[in-house]
Amino acid sequence: MSEVNRRDFIKVTTGIIGGMIGAVIGLPTVYYLIDPALREGSKEAWIPIGKLENMEIGKPYPFSFTRVQVNGWERTSTSHGGFVTRNSEDPDDLFILNSKCTHLACTVNWSEDDQVYLCPCHDAKFGRKGEVLDGPPPRALDVFEEFRVTDDGVLEIFYKES
Amino acid sequence: MRNYSTTALWSEFMWKKIFDWLDERLGLNDIYRNILDRPEPKGNWWNTLGSASLFLFVLQGLTGVFLTVYYTPSPDHAYDSITYIMNDVAFGWLIRGIHHWGSSLMVIIVFVHMLRVFVTASYKYPRELTWLIGIGLLVATLGMGFTGYLLPWNQRAYWATTVGTQIAGTVPFIGEFILKALRGGPDLSALTLQRFFSGHIWMLPAALAALIGVHLYLIIKHGESHFPTKED
Repeated sequence: MSEVNRRDFIKVTTGIIGGMIGAVIGLPTVYYLIDPALREGSKEAWIPIGKLENMEIGKPYPFSFTRVQVNGWERTSTSHGGFVTRNSEDPDDLFILNSKCTHLACTVNWSEDDQVYLCPCHDAKFGRKGEVLDGPPPRALDVFEEFRVTDDGVLEIFYKES
Repeated sequence: MRNYSTTALWSEFMWKKIFDWLDERLGLNDIYRNILDRPEPKGNWWNTLGSASLFLFVLQGLTGVFLTVYYTPSPDHAYDSITYIMNDVAFGWLIRGIHHWGSSLMVIIVFVHMLRVFVTASYKYPRELTWLIGIGLLVATLGMGFTGYLLPWNQRAYWATTVGTQIAGTVPFIGEFILKALRGGPDLSALTLQRFFSGHIWMLPAALAALIGVHLYLIIKHGESHFPTKED
């Protein structure tokens, strides 16, 4: 190896040690910044919404529940709800609509007289199956696809935080 | 073995080309010559304290910036946000730890640097302004320590700030005004935390950066002073 003069040696050594200091501080810092993005955090749960025998066939049965979301140090509680409509005695023969209006997320109400879901905010109207009949909503009411009935006859829906 | 050395030569060549391109446009070599390639009088490790202070300032600045990604300056959430950083964020404990201990270290290093400058009489003509700016830097550094201390909003922070601002309030005539100005009111409140946060993350750092700029300019302009001889 050829002779290295003092100046070059100092330059290279400073560069290398500086690089190491940079890496020791830099790499953890990158991880620090992106940490929340790397988390697998979708909370999912089976939520009981009521006893199946209390739900009249053909009549939308309203239910609601609250979820607590933890984001860092902040806990926020959000409320959710919907309507169960049984088509027949068969415990699998039912559908569950989300009561959140697909326009701007107000809560819709079932009108027994008019046999429609009405949204108080902008006069949206949805039919029995959640399809849009009138008003500004861009799509039908969302459906809770996954559900099950426990041995005690309690209907539960599978909720996943999106 | 042969392949490795040709690749190494090529990348050396590439770096040189990139460097030359930048140098012709930025004057990198001139910057290097003026800032880093300066002739120095005979000195020792005591002369490194100024650079050490600058390094610590940059370190505090960087760790501080990263802390603001997660910290909230509100009485409701300040403490919880720091607990989150310490326990739940990857390497949060490290970033906060460096910032916490770095602040004490910076105050010590800046102070010892001042002592060194005094003892070697480096403040004399033509470096009087450099000294005065250094005093300003010391005061700003202490201000950073004081404002930063409140941010966890725990018992220690709250009462230390109560005492500190109360001392400021003992100044004759304008003391009460100073106290209320610092606290954002007669007592410590959300307003105090908010303005201490503002002072800490950009007002004082801006002042520090400006003063450091002038301080460095003067040092480069006048050159480093030599240690006084027996005749001096």
